[in-house]
Amino acid sequence: MATVSIPTTRARLLGRPRAKTGLWSWLTTVDHKRIGIMYGFAAFFFFLAGGVEALLIRVQLAGPEGRVLSAEAYNQIFTMHGVTMIFLVVMPFGAALINYLVPLQIGARDVAFPRLNAFSFWAFLAGGLFLYSSFFLGGAPNGGWFGYPPNASTDPSPGMTFYAIGLTITGIASTASAINLGVTIINMRAPGMSLFRMPVFSWMALVTQFLLIFSLPIITVALIQLLFDRRFGTHFFDPVAGGDPILWQHLFWLFGHPEVYILILPAMGIVSEILPVFSRKPLFGYQFVVFSGIAIGFIGFGVWAHHMFAAGLGPVANTAFGLSTMIIAVPTGVKIFNWLATLWRGDVRFRVPMLFAIGFVSQFVVGGLSGVTHAVVPADYNQTDTYYIVAHFHYVLFGGAIFAFFGAFYYWWPKVFGRMLDERVGKAVFWLLFVGFNLTFAPMHILGLQGMPRRIYQYPDGFGWNLWNLAATVGAFIIAVGVLVFLVQAAASFRRPKDAPADPWDARTLEWSIPSPPPEHNFDEIPVVHALDDWWHRKYAEDRGGVIHPVPAGGAEGPGTGHGEAGAGHGILLPSPSYYPILASLGLPLVGYGVMYERLWWLAVLGGLWVAAALYGWALEPSAEEG
Amino acid sequence: MRKLRTVRLAGAAAALALLLASCAENAPQDSLRPAGPYQEEIHRLFVPVFWVAAAIFFLVQGALVYFLYRYRHRPGREGIPPQVHGNTRLEIAWTIAPALILAFVAVPTVTTIFDLARRPSGDVLHVQVVGHQWWWEFRYTDPAYDTGQGPLTTANQLHVPVGRTVELTLTADPQDVLGAGNAVIHSFWAGRLFGKQDVVPGRENRIVFSADEPGVYPGQCYEFCGLSHAWMRFEIVAQTQEDFEAWVRAQLQPAVAPAGGLAARGLDVFTGPLSSGLGTCIACHTIRGVETAAGKGGPDLTHLASRDCFAGCKFRLTEENLRAWLRDPPAMKEGSFMPNYRLTDEEIDALVAFLLTLR
Repeated sequence: MATVSIPTTRARLLGRPRAKTGLWSWLTTVDHKRIGIMYGFAAFFFFLAGGVEALLIRVQLAGPEGRVLSAEAYNQIFTMHGVTMIFLVVMPFGAALINYLVPLQIGARDVAFPRLNAFSFWAFLAGGLFLYSSFFLGGAPNGGWFGYPPNASTDPSPGMTFYAIGLTITGIASTASAINLGVTIINMRAPGMSLFRMPVFSWMALVTQFLLIFSLPIITVALIQLLFDRRFGTHFFDPVAGGDPILWQHLFWLFGHPEVYILILPAMGIVSEILPVFSRKPLFGYQFVVFSGIAIGFIGFGVWAHHMFAAGLGPVANTAFGLSTMIIAVPTGVKIFNWLATLWRGDVRFRVPMLFAIGFVSQFVVGGLSGVTHAVVPADYNQTDTYYIVAHFHYVLFGGAIFAFFGAFYYWWPKVFGRMLDERVGKAVFWLLFVGFNLTFAPMHILGLQGMPRRIYQYPDGFGWNLWNLAATVGAFIIAVGVLVFLVQAAASFRRPKDAPADPWDARTLEWSIPSPPPEHNFDEIPVVHALDDWWHRKYAEDRGGVIHPVPAGGAEGPGTGHGEAGAGHGILLPSPSYYPILASLGLPLVGYGVMYERLWWLAVLGGLWVAAALYGWALEPSAEEG
Repeated sequence: MRKLRTVRLAGAAAALALLLASCAENAPQDSLRPAGPYQEEIHRLFVPVFWVAAAIFFLVQGALVYFLYRYRHRPGREGIPPQVHGNTRLEIAWTIAPALILAFVAVPTVTTIFDLARRPSGDVLHVQVVGHQWWWEFRYTDPAYDTGQGPLTTANQLHVPVGRTVELTLTADPQDVLGAGNAVIHSFWAGRLFGKQDVVPGRENRIVFSADEPGVYPGQCYEFCGLSHAWMRFEIVAQTQEDFEAWVRAQLQPAVAPAGGLAARGLDVFTGPLSSGLGTCIACHTIRGVETAAGKGGPDLTHLASRDCFAGCKFRLTEENLRAWLRDPPAMKEGSFMPNYRLTDEEIDALVAFLLTLR
């Protein structure tokens, strides 16, 4: 038999990064927990930027004929607010939590492709900064996050070219990340962690990755067509030359609607984790919650044209998409009822994460119900492109997703940073956000039905819109105060001792079985899973009547402790840090600027070669080696 | 906990108050106050759906608040509640119940969709609506409104007789209209009269409506269309049959050239090269009755002074506003495709005097 010799040294372009702490260790890390934290910080940075944009919008609209912003400035600000909140805030907040938590929840030591994970983060950040560089390079995108041509394809300012390229770069990041996390969940679960023993958050993460994998190619095609229309004189969306502006709408929303579920499913997963823990009961109807999430994912691909009811698709298409939109309300309702039933006969504790989860359920119901009124197609002829829609999707994405994320921050903060967040301050943050949010967005339902259009930089006096706009502006500033208090609280927590217990909430899932913060290798021993909510069952035994008894010498006595240095003494070989992911991602904006500017065409070539060189070095480098 | 409940009750009360307040009298684009049978039909569909949604809202929020109150943690409570994992019958029930409710909503929805899509027959007024950046052009395409030089054409104010069915054809076709702006997507909606439809370059969408009572029904563009999207407004002027016929008769007349004085000088300024050398009015504007004035880029001005508003109804049509407009259009309306022609005071005086004769 031939023997296979494994070379001990290989040709390589760069050495291994050695830093274990400090800036370089963060730039070269492939640890899913550190990458998750970086996603979180970057998304929060963009959240503040998008929030400032929101405040500018509200200041401009506080009264009739506002003069704080010019029309052009307003158009850039509202476009960037939408692009930021969707692509640079809610998506990466989801990515942050999924990155950090899913390996812990499924009992893995890292994701399937750790370097690809780092690449995804850096490419996302590069895309976001590329988009924001437009403010200094001739004007930010100004055609709306939906970028409808011909307006978006003919506008003379460079903004929408930044949009097309920037979102392509973040799309590359999201695609790589989705494949990575999907493979992780399918292949790297701990022994015994069958799919139906997986926590709901990990389940929703899995569905989200499939949605991303199938929907991102569609928007990529559309963005590249838009880029070609703008930069190279093609006519994909130009009716004079035989193109069709409606083609963009189909492509955009065929991505854009699954995108809504990409944003909300992780939030639903979070709520499905928090509600049981603080009700001290398992999630009611676990399998139904999971299946309804899957159903939402599938049906989510069949409802896109409800964004186009007024576009003139005809009564047959409008009927079909109206009905499919109604159908998607059914699995959504199932989730809500199961969350309610989880509270039923529970022992409900109003800790801060719980308040946010309750806020989610309450406000998401409003967004869901207004969503059903859009499915009533003729009513949508009235509602579409008015503030009613703005109210609807903020109830889903802010009242829903952002509230869930804030709940997640409070819930997992001790796990991630080893420090508890103060309860009283946290409750103040919740009430500020709850009151501010509802004061901002509830009146917008009325504004919309009274005919106030979206995306207008001024409105005239005398249309009944003054009062509710003023109320919304006041509400927006209350939200801003809430976010600021959270920011101060979060910053202050880092000055407190790292004394959070491993399992402060008496929780149910595996991430609470390891110390806070977890050691680099996550689990000293890969857990063997015997049940859904395995950690809970290691602490408590349940008799046939559902009555619970603590397990003597079980986990309730206190979880295992970490063992110092990463993998020390355990023979655990963790993936090694690498320069290549961040290097490869840096080439992407270079290509972007090269495509932007005719005179810089060589930059595109250089950027392409840069990426290729980084990938070459990456390919030659082993994933893990003894350090 | 009591605080939570109080807040929620207050929230519900506030929501109800908001709803009642939303039927305010001073909201002329309010879709909740239909002023014609086509919006009425949508309203009849929306109102029951709204109440069903409201009932579900109170049911779910009520259950939420009740559970939170009833099952709140009480100090001194020991132990862990019974671990209920689910109930298949309940799951089936709350899958089927919403589906049934939705089926009840779906039936009238579908019939209304097809109802509204039906082309009207009989005595129908046909008007072509053309969306420009950022103003509206209306062309009365029925043979009765032919001026001899094409259909009766006006801008920003659409006159219709009450009680008569109107079929609008929406276009933004760049091959048909040499507008000064780009042909982009708009959306046409007057909240009290009909549901909105998009104006898509290269396509023809339709809106059917009629107005019950004489009055002015404002509306505007609802699809983001660039810089001055906010000021792409219009007014539907519903008139009695007699008033409408009188209006049509007047509109069919060509403009009468002013006999002399400042207005006559204004006509010369209008048709001649401007003193700044930057262009001429007739390159973009048509005035029937003035032979050389046949431009197509901007609004037809034949009876400008008979309109109440101009520039996408951003301004009321007054001498003062016209004067300010002519001095610097882009300063008056952002992005205006009518540039600043650096007119002299004398030119402006003359032009305004002339334009105000176009009744």
